Amino acid sequence: MSTSIHKRPLFRGWEVVVGLEVHTQLLTRTKLFCRCDNRFGAPPNTLVCPVCLGHPGTLPVLNEEAVRLGIRAGLAAGCRISPVSTFERKHYFYPDLPKGYQISQYAQPLLTGGSLKIRTDAGEREISIHRMHLEEDAGKNLHAGIPDSSHVDLNRAGVPLLEIVSDPDIHSPDEAVDYLKRLRLLLRTTRVSDGNMEEGSFRCDINLSIRKPGSTVFGTRVEIKNVNSFRFVHKAMVFEIDRQIDAIEAGEKVLLETRLFDPSSGRTKAMRSKEEALDYRYFPEPDIPLLVVSDSMIDSQRRALPELPEQRADRYCAALGVQRADAEVLVAEEELAHYFEEGMERFRSTSKGEESFKKARDRWTSFILSEVLRETNRRGADVLSGPTSVEHAVGLIDRVLSGSLSFSQAKEVYARAIEEKKTPLDLVEESGLVQMSGEDELLALVEAVLSDNPGEVAAYRGGKERLFGFFVGSVMKKSNGKANPEKVNDILKAKLNG
Amino acid sequence: MSNPFFSSLAEFAKGRDSRKFTIEEVARYFMSRTEQLNPSLNVCLSLNENAINRARQLDARLARNGADSPFFGYPIMIKDNLEMEGFPTTCASKILEGYISRRTATSVARLLSLGAIVLGKTNLDEFAMGSSTENSAFGPSKNPWNPTRVPGGSSGGSAAAVAAGLAPLSLGSDTGGSIRQPAAFCGVLGIKPTYGRISRSGLVAFSSSLDQIGPFSGSASDALEALVAMGGRDSLDMTTTERDPGEMRRDFAATRMEETQIGIPEVLFGEGLDPSIRKRLLELREALGGKGAREVPVTLPHSAYGINVYYLVATSEASSNLSRFDGVRYGFRVKNPADLRTMYEETRDAGFGDEVKRRILLGTFALSAGYQEAFYRKARKVQSLIRKDFMEAFQHCDAILTPTSPTPPFAFGEKTGDPLSMYLSDVYTITANLAGLPALSVPVGLDGQGLPVGAHLIGPPWSEGRLLKLAEFISALYPMPLPEVHAGHPTVKGPGDRG
Repeated sequence: MSTSIHKRPLFRGWEVVVGLEVHTQLLTRTKLFCRCDNRFGAPPNTLVCPVCLGHPGTLPVLNEEAVRLGIRAGLAAGCRISPVSTFERKHYFYPDLPKGYQISQYAQPLLTGGSLKIRTDAGEREISIHRMHLEEDAGKNLHAGIPDSSHVDLNRAGVPLLEIVSDPDIHSPDEAVDYLKRLRLLLRTTRVSDGNMEEGSFRCDINLSIRKPGSTVFGTRVEIKNVNSFRFVHKAMVFEIDRQIDAIEAGEKVLLETRLFDPSSGRTKAMRSKEEALDYRYFPEPDIPLLVVSDSMIDSQRRALPELPEQRADRYCAALGVQRADAEVLVAEEELAHYFEEGMERFRSTSKGEESFKKARDRWTSFILSEVLRETNRRGADVLSGPTSVEHAVGLIDRVLSGSLSFSQAKEVYARAIEEKKTPLDLVEESGLVQMSGEDELLALVEAVLSDNPGEVAAYRGGKERLFGFFVGSVMKKSNGKANPEKVNDILKAKLNG
Repeated sequence: MSNPFFSSLAEFAKGRDSRKFTIEEVARYFMSRTEQLNPSLNVCLSLNENAINRARQLDARLARNGADSPFFGYPIMIKDNLEMEGFPTTCASKILEGYISRRTATSVARLLSLGAIVLGKTNLDEFAMGSSTENSAFGPSKNPWNPTRVPGGSSGGSAAAVAAGLAPLSLGSDTGGSIRQPAAFCGVLGIKPTYGRISRSGLVAFSSSLDQIGPFSGSASDALEALVAMGGRDSLDMTTTERDPGEMRRDFAATRMEETQIGIPEVLFGEGLDPSIRKRLLELREALGGKGAREVPVTLPHSAYGINVYYLVATSEASSNLSRFDGVRYGFRVKNPADLRTMYEETRDAGFGDEVKRRILLGTFALSAGYQEAFYRKARKVQSLIRKDFMEAFQHCDAILTPTSPTPPFAFGEKTGDPLSMYLSDVYTITANLAGLPALSVPVGLDGQGLPVGAHLIGPPWSEGRLLKLAEFISALYPMPLPEVHAGHPTVKGPGDRG
């Protein structure tokens, strides 16, 4: 799967080898082994029952919805679906783990194999996925603001997780972040997870080692636990790469250990060493029979699979003629992609002929990639509805296409529309923003500018063609920016050259 | 076993429906008998103060609508590792101090929904680990046949309750013989059904892949009805069967002794078996032959490793199942621990008894990295060979007969200093759990010292109905006398002296 060695980026002459483990919470209605609600943000210990509290006498009952979502994720990433998979118990003592063990799939995971295509400056690569399996989340220990004691919130205990383990196929922080972004998008698109990183529904462990290029053995691996934003993943990796190179170049050894990333210092720090590593004493969960997945279950998930980001980008390029790089950006946010497509549909139905459709496409694409993307990044997906919904934005761009509004006017109006919570066309009306397109009006303006500047006219006609911009600018200025620049161009050209 | 009102579940239903007695009278009789005898027998850990109220309500319902189940108004006791909402569940352990159950075990709930009355919760070895009830944090129960002897375990309280006539039926749990061995020791019938027959939801787990719930009763037909009532699929336990529990009734009705092939593993009647028990069992074999049963020699070569396998598999699962008792969410917690680790260590050290700790240590070891292959995994492999032996044997026979226990009820303290000899109490019963098979113990009279002897029948999966019919035949051959404790209840009112 991986590309040849010479393509891999090097860091101070070292090659970086990274495998990522992602824990993503599944969008099930209820928890993995009981019927408590699976949702974020409820008051502590209100989404709990004897099962997820680990009371004596309780037994886990597997939530089939979680299995279905797991299968869907597996299909999206091209995994092999195990016809029979197993659940095991993983033991350790911690107050957020009610039973003293976590039920997880160990010996035979639900999904194996699979891959994800990434694209970085270094090019396009497939990152292979080792396995995906179901397991239950733990609760949360709360230490803040409580002197001399800790409290435990078990709302999260038993929430279904899909753990997605990549092969050690990743060779730079950029690749790692691109892989994570695409994986998150895939999970969101397939409605497997909301991928909400602030709420912890998409969490990442980094396994990182370094070695000399060309080496076929791995260096000593360090695991960095629970890094919960793309930026922190990048920072943690950059720090850790340097730390490991520094250590080895100073003649020291990298220790096999688990480390934590501290966002405030930007550093990783040792959490536990190999000697302190826990013995999880995995053994088959006797309360859960073998998980048998039927073909019909797989088929129904295959049918439920929506268009995936990769396919969507391909379609934008092939069917709509969008540039590859633009298509990649458009599909990266699902809501934005829908916004884009809906607009395209409207332009398709209103455009007369292929040329005018292409013109509309280019305007619409560039409007989305500059204005709309900026506003969604700044304010969130809310700007995609309400007064600046697709319908209203398309109406605005239509004015540009018909020449009654300049593109820069349109951008300005769009920004104000969001600010003032009014529709763009209402604003256009209100402020009398109309592009000056009338031939006579424009001709009068052009003639005024030419007669005001006889010297420049003579110079232009004498061969100083770059003065053309000066004339356009003067006309625009005289019109207070309302003149249609294209028409001004045409009229100027006719007047000056005629 | 006997009481002044009825001698079987069916007779109870008849007497109840013909208004020969009221449900309240029956409940009062068993409650007062329990209050009277429990201080010496130590059979019950808690009594249901609401039992008489419930009986009265059931009488009122009976008067209005009649009863649609023989269990309507039937008094029972349950082992104190079975949950009942609003009642303490102690598992005879200090670590569950103050714990009140939030739910009712499915097995119990199904009997309650038919109208059964739970009188109380019975004593056991802590977390069902033991063969004598001597591991109870609340002291051992006494054998009603001889108060110097143990009632067996771990369900000793439930067995003794039925033997002493404190309830006509009780529930226990059986992981390696914990129903059958005390049934033999107390001279009552006890059956462990096929794994998956009865939901384990609400049973505090000892070894999840081996645990099953089953009844103690005076007769096979009562046990049959209890199994039918409790059995079948439960949405709270993924290991329960889809099979219709009613099949047991049909098999019971269809079984004839004359057509039965009894498998005899001859080696189990040899060395290590108490001579007076052997004598009783040989008599039984002869008697069965006389009734037309045929003996078939069977060999179960891997059963020799039963104890070894059991004490690896069961302890491994126990070490895991008991992890949840950590002092964090419920039950006992040491006061003012220095830190988290100390809280865990001191809570579990003070909360668990010695035998439980021994098994947690053993199981933790058997599952540990570097040892799991040699111990837990190897044990699981041998377990599958034990199961295979049985399945092959059942190609040639309908049920396998063995003694239930190698010894008669032993004296208190006799085996507490030597865990291994205690573990050997279960040598005949353990393999049925390892193979997931149904098995029962039925009384076959008394030994030379006047202590009960049990015969043990193991059947193929889902053959409870047939096993119970065979037990009924056997019971007819051995009318059991009453233990002496029955003589000592002159103050208890019978049906003749209603006031």
